[in-house]
Amino acid sequence: MMVRPKHQRLVLVILAIFAVLGAVLLAMWGLKDRAAYFYTPADVVAGKADPGKAMRLGGMVQKGSVERDPDGITTRFTIEDGDARVSVVFKGIVPDLFREGSGVVAEGRLEGRTFVADNILAKHDERYIPPQLGNQAAEHAVGKTVRR
Amino acid sequence: MTAEAGLAALWLAAALSLLGLVLSVLHYRGTLDADRSVRAVAIVHGALCLFAFAMLLVVFARTDLSVALVAENSHSAKPFIYKVAGAWGNHEGSMLLWVTVLGLSGAALAAFSRQLTSRTLVAALGAQAALALGFHGFLLFASNPFARLNPAAPEGRGLNPLLQDPGLAFHPPTLYLGYVGLSVAFSLAVGAMLTGQVDRILARAMRPWVLGAWIFLTLGITAGSYWAYYELGWGGWWFWDPVENASLMPWLAATALLHSVSVLAARNGLKAWTMMLAVIAFSMSMVGTFLVRSGILTSVHSFAVDPTRGAFLLLLLGIYVTAAFVLFAVRAGSLREGAPFEIVSREAGIVANNLILTVILGIVFIGTLYPLMVEAVAGEKLSVGAPYFNAVAGPLAIILGVLLTVGPLLSWRHESRPVLRKLRIPVFIAAIALAIAFFALPQASILSKLGLALAAGLLPAALIPLLRRNPFRAPLATWGMAIAHAGAAVAIAGMAADSAMTIERLTAAKPGERVEVGPWLVEFVGVTPAAGPNWTAIEAELRATRGGGVHVMKPQTRFFTDPPTETNEAAIDTVLCGQLYTVIGRPDEDGRWQLRLWWKPMVTLIWLGGALIALGGLFAFAGHARRAWRRRAMA
Repeated sequence: MMVRPKHQRLVLVILAIFAVLGAVLLAMWGLKDRAAYFYTPADVVAGKADPGKAMRLGGMVQKGSVERDPDGITTRFTIEDGDARVSVVFKGIVPDLFREGSGVVAEGRLEGRTFVADNILAKHDERYIPPQLGNQAAEHAVGKTVRR
Repeated sequence: MTAEAGLAALWLAAALSLLGLVLSVLHYRGTLDADRSVRAVAIVHGALCLFAFAMLLVVFARTDLSVALVAENSHSAKPFIYKVAGAWGNHEGSMLLWVTVLGLSGAALAAFSRQLTSRTLVAALGAQAALALGFHGFLLFASNPFARLNPAAPEGRGLNPLLQDPGLAFHPPTLYLGYVGLSVAFSLAVGAMLTGQVDRILARAMRPWVLGAWIFLTLGITAGSYWAYYELGWGGWWFWDPVENASLMPWLAATALLHSVSVLAARNGLKAWTMMLAVIAFSMSMVGTFLVRSGILTSVHSFAVDPTRGAFLLLLLGIYVTAAFVLFAVRAGSLREGAPFEIVSREAGIVANNLILTVILGIVFIGTLYPLMVEAVAGEKLSVGAPYFNAVAGPLAIILGVLLTVGPLLSWRHESRPVLRKLRIPVFIAAIALAIAFFALPQASILSKLGLALAAGLLPAALIPLLRRNPFRAPLATWGMAIAHAGAAVAIAGMAADSAMTIERLTAAKPGERVEVGPWLVEFVGVTPAAGPNWTAIEAELRATRGGGVHVMKPQTRFFTDPPTETNEAAIDTVLCGQLYTVIGRPDEDGRWQLRLWWKPMVTLIWLGGALIALGGLFAFAGHARRAWRRRAMA
């Protein structure tokens, strides 16, 4: 089947429009339940985070809260943010810069009142500052806290 | 004086790019025959950029602490090689490198282009000068690398050991050659749309730039992936981090452009299409530069508080992209029709390739920018990671791979032979691989099973174009295509195998204990202190056995004092294509140490595939260069 040249251009334009629309629709479908929202312990205590849904929890590692289970690889600690606290359980090797009293972002989900982390992000190097931690520092630096 | 000389060269270069722009406009309007002067200006401009960059290297090599940039990013006690590499390991220096590559690309275009008409070439050089002018403005007004510090600092502040890594030193220049090499494709497209001369000659002039840029991008992405894999100690090879996506997006666009520019060169088809892709490809380079260099990734808020740099880059991006799109909208209709083709033909296959790559690009683009948009507009923070990208882009990549088995076998314009018959053997192999995957790897995801089957079929299919005739008589470009497509098969095999077959073991062990991971038996011998030039470490000794010999592996936790940091050094042992990957964690009160072990069969295929893809590009580049040279010698 030979498409006439005039029509051929039209077909190509239509295909390109469909490709762009398709990308947008696919992306929206994908983002609907795969974007992980960032919450602070205060948000969690206030019940803003849905249990079981992938999310990030960020704040400070409470001093004196880090404990290791007898299996040697499960770490339990508390992430705090002013007055609110959320206990976290994580199975794995915590990153190099994970310290009591310093900033942390945990990826995972809420199960009951405990946050089960799949991954712990701590400030690693210039390249791997978790964006949300950067925000807190920047907000602090300009002397205003952005609150919704 | 050195810094002042560099700054003076930069101002002069900015002035020359303005001059080049004005001259090329006059030439385009026919007021003035400025062909030779525009070329000369472009060449001198490139030389001045190079001079300014050389001056920056000198102040870094000497650790001239009266230059603010050196005082902030270097240290007199750094090893010499990292002093020099430190010149581009910071914002200002890397932007100067970016502009230098831009200037040198323009100079090379001016010096070596013979085939293009004078009008198109001068218009393209004018577009290149306009790009350079904007980024010179950015350097001089928002990111001056040569600013002095008075009084000079007593000592530099930059001795961050994490940044002293050969991978990190040579990774940015490789990527920049790719990013900025695409600027020439952009300028040639703008020039050709202005003069209406979108033809095979233009495609032949554009192709080496696209190929070259694409080779560097491929190498840069592959090397960056391996660096993240061994340095971060997380066992992963791609994190869908915005910085990684910033380099992936131009690569996707360049891959599409590379294929469509071949249609234009061989068949004089897909004219407007190719121009559009050339504009998109460099736009993606600028988007990537904006993402990495504006600071927006660290924080939308800090971006909003100190927007000088980010807003400047965004303004440049907006001006150039808008101007190119408007030009395209005005001119695309008046371009001559390309050569027609049928629905089953090589051209149609390449259109399908372009469409799928564009959709993947759109998905990555939206996923990368969505969190920034949401935070800027609604103030909500969210992150988009692997679950989104793998689920949405993964199946498309598989479809693209399936089309890749057929596309190269189709003839131009019109295919009447039953092509699918040639694919009997690859399809048979893929079916067997799929059956084995379902049988032997029941727990693996569907996507990774399909990936393994696809790779098994694609590898033989990619080599078919070489078999039609004596393989050693086949053109170099055909070899290049076959190698690159086989490389894609190899990389897909590695990615699918990493997801399907990796065995992970996380445990706490006392010295003397043995741990099993896949086919390996790993004995934890104990820990000893170790030391290097600027670090101390705790080093574990592991003795891994699998049947015969013993592999001794020594993962470390390193401690640096200045500034105080701690890093995990994974120990990786390669056996055939698989890797045993070991990380040591922390001790507990009972004298146990955390150990994390992975056995990753076939994982090295990921980077081997990437290298093969780049090698294929190199073959194609050499093949086209040889043909162009012969054509010129005959003329």
